[in-house]
Amino acid sequence: MIQLLAFYLFAAVVVVSGAMTILSRNPVHSVLWLILAFFNAAGLMVLAGAEFIAMLLVIVYVGAVAVLFLFVVMMLDIDFAELRAGVMRYAAVGLLLALALVAEIVIAVGAWQAGGLELGRRIAPVDASVPNIEAIGRLLYTRYLFAFEAAGLVLLVAMIGAIVLSYRQRSDVRPQNVNRQISRRAADAVRNTNPTVGQGVEL
Amino acid sequence: MITVTHYLVVSAVLFTMGVLGIFMNRKNLIVILMAIELILLAVNLNLVAFSSFLGDLVGQVFAMFVLTVAAGEAAIGLAILVIYFRGRGTISVDDVNRMKG
Repeated sequence: MIQLLAFYLFAAVVVVSGAMTILSRNPVHSVLWLILAFFNAAGLMVLAGAEFIAMLLVIVYVGAVAVLFLFVVMMLDIDFAELRAGVMRYAAVGLLLALALVAEIVIAVGAWQAGGLELGRRIAPVDASVPNIEAIGRLLYTRYLFAFEAAGLVLLVAMIGAIVLSYRQRSDVRPQNVNRQISRRAADAVRNTNPTVGQGVEL
Repeated sequence: MITVTHYLVVSAVLFTMGVLGIFMNRKNLIVILMAIELILLAVNLNLVAFSSFLGDLVGQVFAMFVLTVAAGEAAIGLAILVIYFRGRGTISVDDVNRMKG
């Protein structure tokens, strides 16, 4: 009973905050509604028994991606009122498309429930005696090790790409020149002289 | 009793809302990226629900990979958005015509 209650609570908040994400006038509010949607989706996943993915959602999405959105929205100086101007013009087309999508999903679910779908053997059956996180860890570091490494590579490439894209060389400031610092040797920079008294050195 | 259909309905509604968001905010690139995140969230919810109700952990592993790709996509998309804004001073989708496509 309490599970059903929690499910309906989380589901209602997810749907409402998803709607507010696409409808609110201010993009900062949009990001905040998106964060609420992520939190409640994480709650739904905990209800389904997937604690690891729920924690990942909170840490990765709320902690990193949503905050990245927030930073970008706040850093860019954009006139958002102007961007809202054409919303109603496309609303009819969008609603039509959304209705078509809903109809397709309903048909797909109907076909699925009509039966005749053989799912075959489970690839990694859930063992009730092993906690969710431990089971996923065992699976991830054995059977899916290479896929896991590839996911790490995807993140590395995304990180380097983001840095390369948003890095800019500015001429009005004097930044640290790492190449010059590293290539400077003592032999080029230091000179030992032995001047006679009263003559000094030529600089 | 919660069944898999409950989860499917929630994620279908969320998915449709993401698609609707792309079409309604045709001008604001940031909200379009957020709508894409909503769509990916709906997909993850579906994967986790099926994984839980069919008793197969692979769905949760796959949801983690979807999460990885979504994080990379958000980072690259926002970086492109920032350099685009720097060059043009706007993020309106209608003005993105530099490549004459």
